[in-house]
Amino acid sequence: MKPAALIQRDLLLAYRRRSELATPLIFFVMVTGLFPLALSPEPALLRTLAPGVVWVAALLAGLIGQESLFKSDYEDGSLEQLLLSPAPLEFVVLLRVFTHWLVTGLPLVILSPLMGLLLNYPAAAMGTLVVSLLLGTPILSFLGAVGAALTVGLRRSGMLLPILILPLAVPVLIFGASTAARAASGEPTAAPLYFLGAMLVLAVTLAPYAIAGGLRVSLES
Amino acid sequence: MIAPITPPNALSVSNLDIWRGERCLCQSISFAVISGEALHLLGANGAGKTTLIRVLAGLGRADGGELCWRGQPLRESGAEYRASLAYLGHSSGVKLGLTPRENLTAAGALLAVPSATDATAALARVGLTQQADLPCSTLSMGQRRRAALARLLLVRVPVWFLDEPLTSLDRSGVGLLTGMLKEHLTVGGLAVFASHQPLDLEPFPVKTLLLGEVV
Repeated sequence: MKPAALIQRDLLLAYRRRSELATPLIFFVMVTGLFPLALSPEPALLRTLAPGVVWVAALLAGLIGQESLFKSDYEDGSLEQLLLSPAPLEFVVLLRVFTHWLVTGLPLVILSPLMGLLLNYPAAAMGTLVVSLLLGTPILSFLGAVGAALTVGLRRSGMLLPILILPLAVPVLIFGASTAARAASGEPTAAPLYFLGAMLVLAVTLAPYAIAGGLRVSLES
Repeated sequence: MIAPITPPNALSVSNLDIWRGERCLCQSISFAVISGEALHLLGANGAGKTTLIRVLAGLGRADGGELCWRGQPLRESGAEYRASLAYLGHSSGVKLGLTPRENLTAAGALLAVPSATDATAALARVGLTQQADLPCSTLSMGQRRRAALARLLLVRVPVWFLDEPLTSLDRSGVGLLTGMLKEHLTVGGLAVFASHQPLDLEPFPVKTLLLGEVV
């Protein structure tokens, strides 16, 4: 098998439907942008809220595209071909989730300093906010992919996916937001960052097996 | 006891039971398909042809019985079996957002070995030279089906599973498929296909299996 060609295929498909990819980004910008308008533009308050708001918005924006991760492949039969190919399914889904993160998660991470600025997040801590999202959003992508794999064969899975994976995403949110909050108040952030890193390692190594298993079960009927 | 001699390319099924919910689709059926043979699955709509093909390909689960490839149970020869089969299902596995050529490249990327034929030659064979670089969403159903058939030409695998391969193919398309099948059987391949129309594969033996007889 050729990993580069598989990544290229997914990137090409993402490029051909790039307008769809803008939806989570616009959602992210809108949610973070509306908070100062709805609460109060007081800088001190915004500064306290910023880490939580940016993280919650990133988490929810990430959920938007998750359901479609395997849906179109399921409908047009590409998923059957994937399962029947001699290539190890676990590795193929690892590549798939990574590519999905590149086109949905990474843009959120890149936009996050702008949103931090909007919420009066201290510029000195901006790097830590970005690093926390850089470690956290791939974990969310992997968790979402597990849910997407389990629900791909179901007709009305729209609401099921968030219900399945939100409880699993809560630890990521807690450590991610606390990293950003601690950085803003000048406290050491090593501990929560290490936790995020450990969760990322767990996600990258274990989630592909769960995703592959979920896909096999979903296609068995 | 003397072990039965299994020909090199043989798919054998013994006492296969398939249940879906409360319905029995087949009960203790046994058959074998060997090199140069084709098996034609017949049956009314809903008789379980697709389900049986999916079970044979390893996508679905059987409720009893054993499937053997080259004399080895499928459970043990998983990756090796997957490397030796090609499956063309109801949904053809063609991505509408990609061109036929990109579809073939993507299919080739999943193969264990480098593809034997290049995409241009495979597309020429199925008559899509003109459409090779158009998005599949702009192609007709029959042309999409041809793009899926091109995948069978990428690499020579011994087993073909074709589920309703004639769907939306025109007369020349049927000729193309028959030609491809005969070539496949000539080089020692075997094929299992479900179809409502008979396929003329003379001089190769075509076994038939009628599903839906069991209650």
